[in-house]
Amino acid sequence: MVQAHTLPAVPRLFHYGSVSRDRRRALFWSYFFLVVFAIFFLTPPIYMLLTSLKTSAEISAGVSPWIVQSPTLSNFYGLLTDPKFIRFFWNSSIVSILVVTITMIVSVLAAFSLARMKFWGSASLATGVFLTYLVPDTLLFIPLFKMFAWVNETLGIQLINQWWVLVILYPTLTVPFCTWIMIGYFASIPKELDEAALIDGATWFQTLFQIFIPVAVPGIIAATIFAFTVSWAQFLYPLAFTTSADQLVLPVGIITTLIKGDVFNWGQIMAGALLGAAPPLVIYAFLMDYYIAGLTAGATKG
Amino acid sequence: MAVVTLKKVVKYYDDTLAVRGIDLEIADKEFLVLVGPSGCGKTTTLRMIAGLEEISDGEILIGDDVVNDVPPKDRNIAMVFQNYALYPHMSVYDNMSFGLKLKKVDKKEIHRRVQEAAHILDIVPLLDRKPRQLSGGQRQRVAMGRAIVRDPAVFLFDEPLSNLDAKLRVQMRTEIKKVHQKVRTTTVYVTHDQVEAMTLADRVVVMNHGVIEQVGTPQELYHHPQTKFVAGFIGSPAMNMIPVALHESADGLHLDLGAGVNLLVPPDRAAHYRQFAGKTTLLLGLRPEHLTDAAAAGQPSGQTFYAPIEVSEPMGMETLVYFQLQGMTVCGKASPDVSLSPGQSIQLNAKLQDMHLIDDESGLVL
Repeated sequence: MVQAHTLPAVPRLFHYGSVSRDRRRALFWSYFFLVVFAIFFLTPPIYMLLTSLKTSAEISAGVSPWIVQSPTLSNFYGLLTDPKFIRFFWNSSIVSILVVTITMIVSVLAAFSLARMKFWGSASLATGVFLTYLVPDTLLFIPLFKMFAWVNETLGIQLINQWWVLVILYPTLTVPFCTWIMIGYFASIPKELDEAALIDGATWFQTLFQIFIPVAVPGIIAATIFAFTVSWAQFLYPLAFTTSADQLVLPVGIITTLIKGDVFNWGQIMAGALLGAAPPLVIYAFLMDYYIAGLTAGATKG
Repeated sequence: MAVVTLKKVVKYYDDTLAVRGIDLEIADKEFLVLVGPSGCGKTTTLRMIAGLEEISDGEILIGDDVVNDVPPKDRNIAMVFQNYALYPHMSVYDNMSFGLKLKKVDKKEIHRRVQEAAHILDIVPLLDRKPRQLSGGQRQRVAMGRAIVRDPAVFLFDEPLSNLDAKLRVQMRTEIKKVHQKVRTTTVYVTHDQVEAMTLADRVVVMNHGVIEQVGTPQELYHHPQTKFVAGFIGSPAMNMIPVALHESADGLHLDLGAGVNLLVPPDRAAHYRQFAGKTTLLLGLRPEHLTDAAAAGQPSGQTFYAPIEVSEPMGMETLVYFQLQGMTVCGKASPDVSLSPGQSIQLNAKLQDMHLIDDESGLVL
C-alpha cells in the first residue's frame, strides 16, 4: 500500500479517446440548444424590463425597443404609490395564501388516505381525482356561473364579485393535481415505514404527521409551489367572477385598470407584470432543489 | 416473556392459499426460525403474528390471549424489518424512543432504556446520527435497538440480514445470537437462508407451500429429516439423492446404484429397510460429507466404489468433488491436500450408517 502511494502520477492522455470526443460533441449540442432556448424564453421578460424603464413618450417614439435612452423608475413608483395596485397585490396575496393552505390541508389528507388506507373504491377514487384535473377550467366557469346563480336564488347569497369566492374556486384547480403529486410521493415511501409506526403504536394521524409529512417535505414543497403558482397567476376565473376594482387580483387588475379604452399604459403594464412575477420567482429560486426532487420522486414511482 | 401459539392458522390472499393451517407452539424465551424457499408462507406467518396481516382462519395466541383481533401495538411485540424501516428524518435516539414516546413513557425511563439498548448493541456513539449517515450493519443494529427498548414479549425478525453483504451477515448473525442470549426474549425469525436458520435457532421450522414440513432442533433436521424436501433443503452442499434399487441377496441387503456400483446396507439399517426391497421409486439420500475420498480416510469405514471426477472445487478447508452417477451429478468431499484433476478416478467411501432412504413417490424419508 505504501508503495502504491509513492508511485509517480501517470499523466492521463484521454483527450484523444472516443469517449472524450463523444462527450465534447454532446456538450456542444447541449450548449447550443440551451443557448437557443435561453434566448427564446428570456426575450419576453427582458423586453418587459426594458419597456418598464421607459417613459410613455419614449415607448411610442419608434426607436429601437432594445435601447433605453433615459431610464426611469417612474412606472414602478407610480404603481407602488397607487392604492389600487396595492389593493390588487394584497388581494392576490390573501387569495393565494388561503388557497395554498386549503389545498395543502385537503390534498395531503386525501393523498394519505388514498395512498395508504386501502378502503373500498380507493383506487378508482384516486384515478377520479386526477381525471377532474383534466377538465379545462375554460369549460368549468359557465357551469360555475350557473351554480352561483342558483345559490343566489335559493340561499340569497351573492357570490359574484367577491374576492373570497376565488378562495373557494381555485382549489377546484389545485386540489386534484396536488393530491396526485402527493399520492405519488406517499406511494414512494416504503410500506414498512408505516408498519413500523403501526407496531410502535402510532395512530393514522400520528403516522401522517410524525412520519409521512416530515419524510414527504420535498413533495409537499413541490405541491405548494404548484398551488401558489396556479392561484397567483390565475386569470380567467377572477376576470369572469370579479369586476369592481376593490375585489380584483393582480393579473386582472393590471389589465383592467391600466388599459383605458384604447390607451395602453405600456410602461406601467410591464412594471406591474414584473412586480407580479416577482413572488413566484423568489419562491422558485429558493425552493428549486426541493421542487425538482419532489417532482421526480412522484414521477419515477410507477 | 411469552409463549406464542398458532392453531390451524390459515391465510388466503383473495383466492390464493398462502398458509394452509399451521399448528405451532413457540416456547417462552425460545429462538424459533421459520425457514423455507420464497413463497412458502413464512413471512406471511410472521406478519400474522405481528398483526400486519389478517388471519383468515384459526387462532394466534400470545401468552394466554387470542390476538386475532388485537391491533399490532397492543400485541406487545417488536419487529425488525428486512429493509430496517428506520424513520429517515429522525436521529437514532428518536428512532429508538419513538414507540416509547407514543406510549407516554416517562422521559427519564426512555433515556435509561435507550442507553441500555445502545450499550447492548454498541451503538452509543451513533445516537445523534440520522439513518442515512449509518452503514448497513449499523442500521441493522438500530433496527434491533428499536425493538429492544420496547421490551416486548416477542421479537419478530423478517429476513433482517438479507440486505447485508456476506461478511457482515455472518458478523450480524453472531450479534443477533449474542443479543438473544442477553435479552432472552421469545423470538420468531424468518429467513430463506438455511445456514442462518441452523446457526441461530433453538428450533427450526421448515416450511414449503404454506405447510410445515418439519419442526425440530438444527441437529434433528440435519440428521433425521422426515421429508425429501427437508433432506434437500437443510445442509450445504445439498444432500445427494440418487435413484437406487434395493434388493436382498445372500450376504444382506444391497443398494444398486447402477453402473456396477453395488453397496451393502449396514445390518442395523437393513432390518428397517428390508420391507422396501423391490420398490421402484427409492432414492438414496447421502450427504456430501458422508461420501469421502477413501484414500484420505485411511481405513474406509463404509462401502467404497470408484468414480471419475468431473469437477473439483477446492474450498480451502476441503475439496468438493463432483461425479456422475445414474445420470445425476453427485457431490462428495475430498481432502484439500490431495490434488485432483478432472477425469481422474478416485475411490469414494460411502458412509452408509448415515444414509437416508427416501420414497420419491410420497416425498417421505423412510
